[in-house]
Amino acid sequence: MATTTQAAALPERRRSLRERLDLGNGVFPYFLVAPTIIIIALVAVYPIIDSIRLSFLSNPLVPSGSTFVGLKNYIQVIGDPAFRSSIGITIIFSVVSVALETLVGFAVALLMNQTFRGRGLVRTAILIPFAFPTIVSGQIWLLMFNAQNGVLTYLMQATHLLAPGDSLLRTPTGLVTAAIIIDVWKTTPFMALLLLAGLQVIPGELYEAAGVDGSNRWQQFWTITLPMLRSALLIALMFRLLDALRAFDLFYILTGGGREIQTMALYSYAFMFTGTTVDFAPGVAAAVILFIVCAVVGIVIVSMTRLSQN
Amino acid sequence: MAVQGQAVPSARARATEKTPGRRANWGTIGRYIAVVVVLVIALGPFYWTAITSIKVDSEINASPPTLIPHSFTTQSYVNALQSTQPAFAKDLLNSTIVAILTTILALIFGSICAYAIARTKFLGKGGVLAIILSVQMFPLIALVGPLYVFFTGPFNVYNTYVALIIPYLVIALPVTVYFLTSFFRDLPPDLEEAALVDGTTRLGALWRIVLPLTAPGVFTTAILSFITVWNDFLFGLTMTADSNAQTVTVAIPLFNGEHQIQFGEVSAAAIIVTIPLVIMVLFLQRRIVSGLTAGAVKG
Repeated sequence: MATTTQAAALPERRRSLRERLDLGNGVFPYFLVAPTIIIIALVAVYPIIDSIRLSFLSNPLVPSGSTFVGLKNYIQVIGDPAFRSSIGITIIFSVVSVALETLVGFAVALLMNQTFRGRGLVRTAILIPFAFPTIVSGQIWLLMFNAQNGVLTYLMQATHLLAPGDSLLRTPTGLVTAAIIIDVWKTTPFMALLLLAGLQVIPGELYEAAGVDGSNRWQQFWTITLPMLRSALLIALMFRLLDALRAFDLFYILTGGGREIQTMALYSYAFMFTGTTVDFAPGVAAAVILFIVCAVVGIVIVSMTRLSQN
Repeated sequence: MAVQGQAVPSARARATEKTPGRRANWGTIGRYIAVVVVLVIALGPFYWTAITSIKVDSEINASPPTLIPHSFTTQSYVNALQSTQPAFAKDLLNSTIVAILTTILALIFGSICAYAIARTKFLGKGGVLAIILSVQMFPLIALVGPLYVFFTGPFNVYNTYVALIIPYLVIALPVTVYFLTSFFRDLPPDLEEAALVDGTTRLGALWRIVLPLTAPGVFTTAILSFITVWNDFLFGLTMTADSNAQTVTVAIPLFNGEHQIQFGEVSAAAIIVTIPLVIMVLFLQRRIVSGLTAGAVKG
């Protein structure tokens, strides 16, 4: 009798402890998350909303002389050929670099998913570009691509990819190509590591069963590997795409902050900080447009992830 | 049935044995070619910058370029550190101070937030996590305008550390919360349960049990937060005017100058900026990879 009571009491007592851990004490968890949420609300969410307000003003840098001008700044920015060209460059850069990173990242992940000597070395090596500040990555590739003594310029001239005396950074197309090469170099490791983690949790039995069914490796890739990786792939794609859309540092260093070729973020910066004070508000309007583009892309990918999970 | 089940794999095994060493050899050779290509591409630019930083000027401009340096000089490092346009050494100090202060603040706020997410259930937890993580993907240029107006006007901190630390918290907190949540979840709750039975408060349990037991993870998180802040360029560029608060990433493009790139000097500066990061990442690579990928795999 005594033992039964004890046995009944024990799980009871454990459960109440679990509850203290899992369910929290009412509002207590909210106190714990509050500082972080307040900081993010004040320094990230509020400024976004304030950006919208500023983008409707004539000159926010002069508090007294600032008047509401409606959509004037937006009309000015959208009418600017330089802004429309920056949209094109941002989209081309984002789509091409993310597509290449995914393909190369997949190849590197499949390589690292095998067991061979030197696998740890590969993982270590690919983390190095990942740790570099983007501005420094841009700078060191700039040195390799420069017309005067760049090693890649020399190699491309020697293999007749470039005419003697020419360099990749001389034309807008060349600059975007260089930016894509650098971005792929720097961020493929991120893609590869996320996809590798996805590959490693695919149960081996699936492949064994497929082997019994007589399907070859190519078929297994399409019927097992790719569907099992879908959610890891979508998350990685979202991170990379939203990061590419806001590209700033790379184009800043490649062009010296110049205006010859711009992403949307660089266009917005150039208006805000390198023009006169009346250019500030149109610059903010361009940044708001970029934010809306990113928000839409983010929401679309998140809903795709939801759909693929259901 | 059982016989069949056994027969098939053994037949397969025989088949792979029969396609003899040749296929395996080609596979191995192809794999090692791939490994070499990956290593050369990943490390090549770093190697090139490193050797440029120790070459003398005449060798830097030599054609064809030399893959193994014939000369050795530390002059470029001396020049970079003594540079006044930009004030590289001061900017290095600014970046270090700002990154450390931001990391400490992010760890304090982030650890209690991550503890709540990892260990308690509350309404809106998913929303809290979603907001924190989505901030990581904001186009930061959209924050710059209002912060600039605010920091140059009513809250006059433009060109000081404060003007950097405030926006840096926004980029450091998501990293901190994400990684700490992942490391806290990996810790079995038994010890905390015992401490809670003994009457420890929850924050006491976090401070005395969870943080010490996840110390390597907390350290990794601190390093990642430090790197994230250190690598920023946009806020450094827009929230500072001179070397009073200017960060080191802002100094790098200034080496390119108006007319002539100082190749040795800028290479030395690039190496100085990245060497600490490379060392930290190499030491912590396993934890970084596991923290980074945990979310993607667990969903």
